[in-house]
Amino acid sequence: MITFNLNGREVETEAPPTMRLIDLLRDEFQLIGSKEGCGDGECGTCSVLVNSLLHNSCLVPIGAIEGAEVITIDGYCKTEQFQLLSECYSEAGAVQCGFCIPGMVMASAAILSQNPHPTEEEIREGISGNLCRCTGYNMIVDAIDLAAKKGEGLW
Amino acid sequence: MKKKDHDGKVSGQLAYLGDVKLDSMLYGVLYRSPIPYGKVRSIQLPPLPEGYEKIGAEHIPDGANFVKLLHKDQPIFANEWVNYIGEPIFMLVGPKLDILHQLVEEAQVDMEEHPAILTLEEAIQQKDQTGVFASHEFGESLEVIQTIETNAHQIVEEEYETGYQEHVYLEPQGMLGIYKEDEIHVEGSMQCLYYVKKALVSALACDEDEVRVIQSPTGGGFGGKEDFPSMMACHVGIAAKVVKKPVMLLFDRAEDFEVTTKRHPAKFKYRTALDEKGNILCMHVELFLDCGANAGLSPVVLQRALLNSAGVYKIPHFHAKGYALKTNTVPNGAFRGFGAPQSFAAIESLMGHISRKLKRDPIAYKRNYLVKQGDHTITGGKFKDPVLMEDMIKDLMLTVDYTKKKEEFLGFNQQNKRYKKGIGASFFLHGCGFTGSGERDHIKATVKLVKTESDQVLIKISNSDMGQGALTIMSKIVARELGLPYKDISFPYPDTKEVPDSGPTVASRTTMIVGKLLERAASKMKAGWLSGVSQEVVEHYVHEEMIPWNEEKFSGDAYPAYAWGVNMIELEVDTLTGNVRVEKIYGSYDIGKAIDEQIVKGQIDGGMVQGIAYGCMEKMTSKSGKIQQKSISDYGPPTAMDVVHIESKLYDNPFAGGPYGAKGVGELPLTGGAPAVQAAIEDALQISFYQIPVTPELIIESLTKKAGGSS
Repeated sequence: MITFNLNGREVETEAPPTMRLIDLLRDEFQLIGSKEGCGDGECGTCSVLVNSLLHNSCLVPIGAIEGAEVITIDGYCKTEQFQLLSECYSEAGAVQCGFCIPGMVMASAAILSQNPHPTEEEIREGISGNLCRCTGYNMIVDAIDLAAKKGEGLW
Repeated sequence: MKKKDHDGKVSGQLAYLGDVKLDSMLYGVLYRSPIPYGKVRSIQLPPLPEGYEKIGAEHIPDGANFVKLLHKDQPIFANEWVNYIGEPIFMLVGPKLDILHQLVEEAQVDMEEHPAILTLEEAIQQKDQTGVFASHEFGESLEVIQTIETNAHQIVEEEYETGYQEHVYLEPQGMLGIYKEDEIHVEGSMQCLYYVKKALVSALACDEDEVRVIQSPTGGGFGGKEDFPSMMACHVGIAAKVVKKPVMLLFDRAEDFEVTTKRHPAKFKYRTALDEKGNILCMHVELFLDCGANAGLSPVVLQRALLNSAGVYKIPHFHAKGYALKTNTVPNGAFRGFGAPQSFAAIESLMGHISRKLKRDPIAYKRNYLVKQGDHTITGGKFKDPVLMEDMIKDLMLTVDYTKKKEEFLGFNQQNKRYKKGIGASFFLHGCGFTGSGERDHIKATVKLVKTESDQVLIKISNSDMGQGALTIMSKIVARELGLPYKDISFPYPDTKEVPDSGPTVASRTTMIVGKLLERAASKMKAGWLSGVSQEVVEHYVHEEMIPWNEEKFSGDAYPAYAWGVNMIELEVDTLTGNVRVEKIYGSYDIGKAIDEQIVKGQIDGGMVQGIAYGCMEKMTSKSGKIQQKSISDYGPPTAMDVVHIESKLYDNPFAGGPYGAKGVGELPLTGGAPAVQAAIEDALQISFYQIPVTPELIIESLTKKAGGSS
């Protein structure tokens, strides 16, 4: 039995500890926000926060999250910070096919919560584990920069 | 303006195909050919547990075991012969994916291997014996070319090669087949609903109304979901019909890399005659496309490559021929630009090399040959609308202060032993809509607008949003024409039961061709608007008067309109590591008139980054018939760290045939990336390259060669 905090709620699972976190989230908890783009930890579409740090949920065995706090886009999208990020992503035109975007939003959250005033370089580095094939990244970088500027006090 | 699909995408709650789970849904796993060419002698399966079944050629009605595209050469399940590594031989379906993988692993398939053609070079050598899917030859007569060459001051001969490009849409390919009593319903990630429907009707040998195709939210396409989904749709459609349950086929990234279509590798052979002043007297081009094992869309890709083989230049006495050649490798297909990026990389490279030979600045030299309004195209059509290229180039040179920058870089390069800076430009165009008479003769687009009793307006077209913004753009066009708020216009994901065939979502045609039809439909709806009454307007494509296209002779107007672009790139090369650091990216574009500047900017940014990566980063290779790159890191698409902000500018040049003056934008921005980056690397190193991608390895190799073989 593994117990952990999922999006602010204590949960438990009987699943084997070697199971990938992404499968647990999607199959057992029916949370579809973390998408699977590669299954190899290379694209970042399945990014979640584990104890506030950005992780590819396809690389995390659930045995490693015992007692941890896991936040996925499905929970994060109910927060005030998400609302601002969503607005900024829209304002910057950063959403195209949308498949990388939940992961990008989680990466944005990780960047801003650790550093409310990131430089462009820091933003690029912060999302460098998240692949986007549509936007060429610049509009996403702009969105995060905008959220930093507009979110004074929020991060 | 907030995009129509913003909320669901940003929160992750919009269900892509992989997020769909149905009761009693089965999964499919394909057994694929391990050899490039040969015969299947026998298939032995391990005992299948209850609920698991094999689906194969035996489940397809006689004579229709192929994906209906252009040729009847793409089997859904291999009958007897296999033509490439990865060709599907059969599929196992059942409730558990891990068990399916295990069963496929344990299957014993006895194969008789035969000699295969594994490289484009082999295909070129043997093209007279076998495997030409299509060829075209046109332009000035060979006698005239020969006479000019005989009297020329100098003949420049060059060969140029471009490699594979992989789409790397973030959502891998996926298709779901659902059995219903009276129909097979297929949904998935796709660009072209009616291609999929046509393939299904043929494979299932059923009536049109027994098949229903629905697009699910599509996580990127770039052409990769133009032709390929038809094959997967047939797999799940047939399987669903056999097992009478829903069947889901989802690829993982490695399978997607190895077996889905890619951009055609190409080879170009140029012969250019020059006079003593360096003026081009004539040009002879031969181009060869590596199509892989099936014709697929290759004959049309070849046309597009040939139509762009002279770039944006007016070359006196131009002659071209091209071949789409078969090899026993994974079939290649559509990719943003559809043959044009290969040709532009090649012609821009050639023009740059000639200018360097003549010790002329490449921009200055290339400008001498720019086509102008009223000029003939290489197929005897006409550039009938204003061509703004000269102004666009002049403006951009002023913006970057080109002459000063060249001097600055020269100074820097003389001072600096290790790092070298360079600036390069590319000039390009993109024909909007299908080639030749395709829109009139083959596509014949129809759109429908429906108004409900509560005055809600619904857009009914078969075009899909794969991230490029069709939902938003089309809604904006209709809202504007009807004078309604944008939020009152709905654009449900297309479903062939509901929408007429407005054509595939390809060829930079959606906004220009389909958008124009919607503009007209909306205008009619407005004129006959009756509040509180349900109404419907249907609108059909009307062909513009042009110089008639003759596909046999390859003559006439190949496109109704052209979009244009100028790219400039500044970069620094580390001569110790071969690494290229792109420092500035500029793009100027004439796409008629932007309906939504932000969406256009998104297309420009994304397309340019894909194009630049095609030119210097993304390398995919095939060895002994097998794709060598199985993962994203093996292949190397750019991350946010590889890109800088892009300064782009739009030029107004409204085209009467497009909605509010809009021309196509989807493919154009990819085309200029590779040639601009190659030109900038060449400028930095003063070395000519004859292939893309210009990778760090190639740079080091070329520097070593330049230094006389010692490293």
